[in-house]
Amino acid sequence: MWNFPIMPPQASDYALQHDLLFFAITFLTVVFTLLVPALFVFLAIYYRRGSKASRKNAHDHDLRIEIAWSVVPLLLGIGIFAWSAYLYADTRKPPQDAIDIFVIGKQWMWHMQHPNGVRENNELHVPAGKPIKLTMISQDVIHSMYLPSFRVKQDVLPGRYTYLWFKPTVPGKYNLWCTEYCGTQHSEMGGYVYVLEPSEYERWLASGGQKGYNEKLTMEKAGEKLYNELACGNCHGAVDGPRGPSLYGIYNRQVRVKIGGREQTVLADDSYLRESLIKPYNKMNVGYEPIMPEYSNLSEEKILHLIAYMKSLGSRPAAPAGGQTPPASGSAPAAPERAAPNGSAPAPSDQTPSSVTPGTQTTPTGSM
Amino acid sequence: MSSSVLENQPVAEEPQRPRKHYLNAAHTVGSWLFTTDHKRIAIMYLISIVIFFAVGGIAAAFIRAELTSPRGIMLSNDNYNKMFTLHGVVMIFFFLIPSIPAVFGNFFIPMAIGARDLAFPRLNLLSWYLYMIGGLFAVLAMILGGVDTGWTFYTPYSSMYSQSQVVLTIMGAFIAGFSSIATGINFIVTIHKMRAPGMTWFRLPLFVWSHYATSLVIILGTPVVAITLLLVVVERVLHIGIFDPKLGGDPVLFQHLFWFYSHPAVYIMILPGLGVISELISTFSRKRVFGYHFVAFSSMAIAGLGFLVWGHHMFIAGQSMYQGMVFSILSFLVAVPSAIKVFNFTATIYKGHVSLDSPMIYAMSFLGLFTIGGLTGLYLSSMATDVHLTDTYFVTAHFHYIMVGGAISAFMGALHYWWPKMTGRMYPELWGKLAALLMFLGFNLTFFPQFILGFLGNPRRYHYYYLQPELQIYHILSTAGATVLALAYLLPVFYLVWSLFFGPKASSNPWGASGLEWRTASPPITQNFEETPIVTWEAYDYSSVPDLKEEAEKQAQPPTPVGG
Repeated sequence: MWNFPIMPPQASDYALQHDLLFFAITFLTVVFTLLVPALFVFLAIYYRRGSKASRKNAHDHDLRIEIAWSVVPLLLGIGIFAWSAYLYADTRKPPQDAIDIFVIGKQWMWHMQHPNGVRENNELHVPAGKPIKLTMISQDVIHSMYLPSFRVKQDVLPGRYTYLWFKPTVPGKYNLWCTEYCGTQHSEMGGYVYVLEPSEYERWLASGGQKGYNEKLTMEKAGEKLYNELACGNCHGAVDGPRGPSLYGIYNRQVRVKIGGREQTVLADDSYLRESLIKPYNKMNVGYEPIMPEYSNLSEEKILHLIAYMKSLGSRPAAPAGGQTPPASGSAPAAPERAAPNGSAPAPSDQTPSSVTPGTQTTPTGSM
Repeated sequence: MSSSVLENQPVAEEPQRPRKHYLNAAHTVGSWLFTTDHKRIAIMYLISIVIFFAVGGIAAAFIRAELTSPRGIMLSNDNYNKMFTLHGVVMIFFFLIPSIPAVFGNFFIPMAIGARDLAFPRLNLLSWYLYMIGGLFAVLAMILGGVDTGWTFYTPYSSMYSQSQVVLTIMGAFIAGFSSIATGINFIVTIHKMRAPGMTWFRLPLFVWSHYATSLVIILGTPVVAITLLLVVVERVLHIGIFDPKLGGDPVLFQHLFWFYSHPAVYIMILPGLGVISELISTFSRKRVFGYHFVAFSSMAIAGLGFLVWGHHMFIAGQSMYQGMVFSILSFLVAVPSAIKVFNFTATIYKGHVSLDSPMIYAMSFLGLFTIGGLTGLYLSSMATDVHLTDTYFVTAHFHYIMVGGAISAFMGALHYWWPKMTGRMYPELWGKLAALLMFLGFNLTFFPQFILGFLGNPRRYHYYYLQPELQIYHILSTAGATVLALAYLLPVFYLVWSLFFGPKASSNPWGASGLEWRTASPPITQNFEETPIVTWEAYDYSSVPDLKEEAEKQAQPPTPVGG
């Protein structure tokens, strides 16, 4: 314990950029801290009562000086602001090609899910060199995802998705914390991020993570199953029906809805889809009656599965004619054609057709 | 020289005090509990505030002891959480917010402007009772099991999930809020209507200006937090959806409402301190505060801008990027008036006649610590660095530099500065300096390591850090510093109480200060002044101070130019 760590690990390029700003402000802090209080102490001693120092021409105001020492801090402040805003804007815009990972926070654990269905708790495996986008939501109170080695942090709210992205560059094991006070075991709601070499990550993902789930349902497949269980297809078919609009290509499309009686166009993003599941009447599709049940009892995990399925229904408007995961055509949607290979050997990971060598799981050291 | 002054004889060798003053005007308990004399109410505040400070300090001692080991040493998770909540609630609502205004503002605003009392003496007494009732609620909540939400009461944890005494604690803060509001109204009316003849706005001591700004913030901000906390109770008790999304509410809304008050509350805590420091630096360098108008208006600017920066607590809370940018740049703007004050203080002592008595030592440690506290605020108003540092020990260190290094140093400075006036006794100067020095050293040892902890990514409000055992050294240093700090805070209790009985009697103006309160006896009579004073001199005009006049003539130096 007798060493004095000074720097947190710098595990991304952004961490380096952040630290440059950090040390620039530190430089200013040190300069002013030495300048002002040191000057004060010096003056206090030099002009101590009874000293022979000259007090001729003592002033008690000077407009030019006042303006000078108002403007200089102002300009320095605006300079730091501009630099910081530039960096900050970057952290708020996830790149298009980012790998999606979904995070659910709850008292007092983190639950992560990769699109191919691999799940982990309090651990997050990511490949080096690729941007990672976390889509996060809380099941209860406010949490906050904090990855100090990447200098990023984002509150995780109940009832609403928030996003965080980072691009790890240095493989290794890094801390992960909850930083929004969330109750009894707040300080134990932490874990590790494992940054793996990309090839290693592929192997890890393909083998279903070290947890080794038997049933490797991808998120969309789990969503498809749920879609059938809940019989969503009765109203939301392949084409717009009398009771409900089709969900094909719904994701990221502009839809006309009524909000509080007024018509508006909104973007059907994750948040919109989630809201439409649990509170469908908040934004009612124009032309439809409010007859949909409120699925407010769905767990956040199931909602994420349903959204993943809806995304997979293609992004073309109208015409349901083939796609990457199309159910049978006609009015009976989501026929379980593809729901066969449950439990069979290595899951076909959609986006990673690389050669899969099962058995080489990376077992991370030092679990909790 | 036209002030009407009752000159106290400095070396009155009589065994009994012959003179009537506010302390010996009456002796019954009732004469204290039902007094409307602002000076007696201030003394009652002083005693109760010190008791709350001790409660908050004991909670801090538990926290620091617990953190010496990565797995804790004696508290359960729940009890640790209750400890830091107790520390925060008591220190903020029952110590920092009332500290300087309710004690020194109460005592010295009427005296500094030449008034007999505050404008509403009975309202003033009611303030004290409200404060005590609020405090009793908070103590009751602690006895009945405590509260574990943190002093910020973030929803939906506080409204729907916490199993602790949230409602009682909130009622405590709610009631204490009305005490603040009543005090604020009292100060504003007093400053507007009760100034002595000749005491124009720009002859007011800067201590009064800063309390005027503080009072504005109090009466504009406190009702908002009162309602907000009430809404938490409504959701908790009646399950009416306001903040919890499960009931259709918005958890971030709470943060907006809460910080709309609680950021300005920071200025409620620090502005009176800055006012005190203006008095101290001017008095002990015997020179008019440099740039009087700039210092006065910077208080008003801080009060105004302070209402526009609450969103810098929420850069990562889910507000939009552009919202964050607006709040960020406004936060940089509010740094400017604070910087102006510090620069003007430094310029004040240039070519002054500086005397390093213990109040001045406190003023100097204020200046150093407040500067560091203010500059580390830059990291947190800059968005990119805030994302990394917020909710870590960096924030804890930053606001303790402002609140403890700033506000409490100023409180201690005020206590040592006005003690002779309040009690008529001098304390042992050497002990005063020693305590000031120990506080400075202990404080830095406690909180400087926390900046490093924060940068290393240690989240605040963490009971355990066993996943990062390498941080232990900094926590141990911090606890060692807290021990020194605790001892330093105990010292004044002993020597100040000692001075009440054995201290030499104080003259009416032991420091050679220029304020009106120093032109009447120590301790003052119940009416403050024998006759209403008529002010014919500018603020901080040391050539107008009777004791100093002869001294100045002896030295044959031109008096400090006024308005020149």
